[in-house]
Amino acid sequence: MSEAIPLSTNEQEILRKHLAHHFDTPQQQFESGKLGMWLFLATELLLFSGLFCAYAVYRALHPDIFRFAAQWLDWTSGLINTLVLLSSGFTMAWGIRLAQMGKKKGLAVCLILTMTGGLTFLAIHGYEYFDKYRERLLWGTLYNPDLGGNGKPVLQEASAAPLVGGSQPARTGDWPLLNQLGQAGYIVSHSDIAPAADGPSGIVQSAAAEPATLPPVQPYNVQIFFGIYFIMTGLHSFHVIVGVGLMTWLLIRTLRNDFGPTYYAPVDYVGLYWGIVDMIWMFLFPLLYLIH
Amino acid sequence: MSHATTATISTTEKKPVEHHYLNYPRTISSWLLTLDHKRIGIMYLTLGMLAFFVGGLMAEIIRTQLLVPKGLIFNGSTIQAQYTAFKHYNQVFTLHGIIMVFMVLVPIIPGAIGNFTLPLLLGAKDVAFPRLNLISFWLYVSGVILAIASMIFGAADTGWTFYTPYSITTDTYVVFMVSGIFLLGFSSIFTGLNFIVTIHKLRPPGMSWFRMPLFVWATYATSAIQVAATPVIGVTLLLLILERVMGIGIFNPALGGNPVLFQHFFWFYSHPAVYIMILPAMGIISEIIPVFSRKHIFGYEFIAFSSLAIALIGFFVWGHHLFVNGQSAELDAIFSFLTFLVAVPSGVKIFNWMATMYKGAIVLKTPMLYAISFIVLFTIGGLTGVVLGALATDVVLHDTYFVVGHFHYVMFGGTIIALIGAIHYWWPKMFGRMYSEFWGRIACVILFIGVNVTFYPQLIVGAYGMPRRYASYLPEYQPYMDLSTIGAYIQLVAFLIMAAYLLHSLFRGRKAPANPWGGATLEWTTPSPPSHDNFDTTPVVGDPYDYSNLVYDPALDGYIRVDREGSHDYASTIPMPEQQAGH
Repeated sequence: MSEAIPLSTNEQEILRKHLAHHFDTPQQQFESGKLGMWLFLATELLLFSGLFCAYAVYRALHPDIFRFAAQWLDWTSGLINTLVLLSSGFTMAWGIRLAQMGKKKGLAVCLILTMTGGLTFLAIHGYEYFDKYRERLLWGTLYNPDLGGNGKPVLQEASAAPLVGGSQPARTGDWPLLNQLGQAGYIVSHSDIAPAADGPSGIVQSAAAEPATLPPVQPYNVQIFFGIYFIMTGLHSFHVIVGVGLMTWLLIRTLRNDFGPTYYAPVDYVGLYWGIVDMIWMFLFPLLYLIH
Repeated sequence: MSHATTATISTTEKKPVEHHYLNYPRTISSWLLTLDHKRIGIMYLTLGMLAFFVGGLMAEIIRTQLLVPKGLIFNGSTIQAQYTAFKHYNQVFTLHGIIMVFMVLVPIIPGAIGNFTLPLLLGAKDVAFPRLNLISFWLYVSGVILAIASMIFGAADTGWTFYTPYSITTDTYVVFMVSGIFLLGFSSIFTGLNFIVTIHKLRPPGMSWFRMPLFVWATYATSAIQVAATPVIGVTLLLLILERVMGIGIFNPALGGNPVLFQHFFWFYSHPAVYIMILPAMGIISEIIPVFSRKHIFGYEFIAFSSLAIALIGFFVWGHHLFVNGQSAELDAIFSFLTFLVAVPSGVKIFNWMATMYKGAIVLKTPMLYAISFIVLFTIGGLTGVVLGALATDVVLHDTYFVVGHFHYVMFGGTIIALIGAIHYWWPKMFGRMYSEFWGRIACVILFIGVNVTFYPQLIVGAYGMPRRYASYLPEYQPYMDLSTIGAYIQLVAFLIMAAYLLHSLFRGRKAPANPWGGATLEWTTPSPPSHDNFDTTPVVGDPYDYSNLVYDPALDGYIRVDREGSHDYASTIPMPEQQAGH
């Protein structure tokens, strides 16, 4: 391909500077780099796969934790982050195209736009993190949110009044053991499946049956969700920071006139990297933000 | 490129100093910042063997401790004293495991032998990404330094498996150690990545996939595992660090976490890791046996595909480390079946090697003695692995010395023996010197005896019920433990002899010819040692196991290639384009 096109002196210079001694042709070098980058992206995917696996295991074993914690995840900021990353992916791809066409100024603009997208993402995330820190929605023993009342989670069976609306009658007689445990100070996790019918038709018609948006009592170990949340989004944000750093390096090289139609490989590879950063977020967003 | 130096005063002419990759350039920074795969390979080999000796020292301490039932080195008269002493013992065997697994067995054959030989076998000038190769090496060095630093401050006492929750709560320096292993993991990933791209993109014209040497196939399968499995241990160790530092709670039952999840994550990498250890070793044996049988390898395609099969199936057997940890019976049965399945391709290789030797003209030089030792020792190790893969026997033998005997037979009798065989096989190429064949054979025989005397009693005493990782034991096990320790000392003697004659050969050894053993792969067409660029022109590719064209030249004490009628040299049978048109 490169033999057919007559090269300008500048392009020949680029070629001579960038063809490594152990490659025969620039095409071989470019393809090797591409294969290497795809393999690296596979390893990145596998790195996150462990976390997705942990998420899946805990979600399967403790769905009540995830449903309970979802009330604190703001899907609007998640959505804005998604759109920001998607558009930054677009500007990055456009930048690669401009590099292929040799349009230095356009490439620089696209890189700056992509970096802005990445930094916006980090800013929104940072605000979310600060919010969680303020509300003490953290991991492990740091988890200590204010759930209303005296700040302590309330036991449905031990107290007469449920936490959220409705006037469900206290069914203390039905679960004496739970009642005992509650009085002994244990946090009793209550299923939010509505009780079986009392009436003749067999279907609960009670107006007090509130829509099951959230279980009335905090389940055990909600802090596990936040541990997983912070690790997954934190590791992802680390990769966003690295991506922004790589783009800064690309910007410097663009302004130094390094890239042209015969040599734009680094832009291509960073574009691939940014693509996978974006794609991982596409999985994180629904799994963490859209469950309710 | 010769560089003749002449003294102006002396009348005798100095011999011209040949420049090769070792002696030119000479500065320290030209070594530390080298992009030459051969230099990087030698540095990996040096550091790896140093790590091996440190890990071996730990092993000698362990075996000495186990000479008497109450413990010879670490013991105490009071409960408190005994607790502290045995905690130190735990640190010793943890270090032994971590050094041997993560600093020797996993990185050394790909890093040292692979780095040195892969481009030479492919007729290439270097690997695909030389700078990444250097980064891999420095990550390896950093990982080793971090782990050794933790040794000084207070090595972990968790065992190399770091099971939670003990690894979360113990007061030893787990984070240091685990960070070191994290860096070593990335070194492994980048090496694997590099090799995959090299094999895909840097083969010479004429070398199709089925004309590659089998060590390249083995390296390819190993690299695939490195790339796919190592990130999982990366994230596992990262989570462990976050557990200890931030109290995340994902593996800590007190905070709602699940410790068995850690075990699944850990073994999802660590089982494929043992295939990272053994596949390149098997590749080495596939190279040595045909050369020293002067016979074409038997069943080339079967050996090539068996490497891929082991890599693939190896990803699905991790549960056999968790048979007694509360897995369901159905899952146990599936993992057991797959464990049996993965033994099949290994058996295929053993049969193919033996078929290669059958009716060959066997030359019992040192590399061949190591290859034969490998076949014997790996077979014993592999068969004991099948015993452990069966559910009923594993329930009895789990966490006994039987397991210890099993994995030492496969790791030591397998990987280390193959590594030493590779060092002896490629030593003339790496350093341009021949070592003493007499002492080489002696050391091999002593080592073979030592390995068996050390680990066979462990199989027996494990079947009798002695648990692993114990600093003291019941008196009835003592004869076996003592025999095992004597074997460990015999091994030490073998290694000291080996170090002596190898180091001696560097300074006083006979200069090596280009092809001392008569190999048909491409590295033997370069001078010993090779020049910086390996090949001046793209080499002509033939069958890597066809020895009909190689003739021994007594003047050189090596082999040279001659043209013969009826040879299997593919290059000579590729029709020229003009001939093809008329056919």
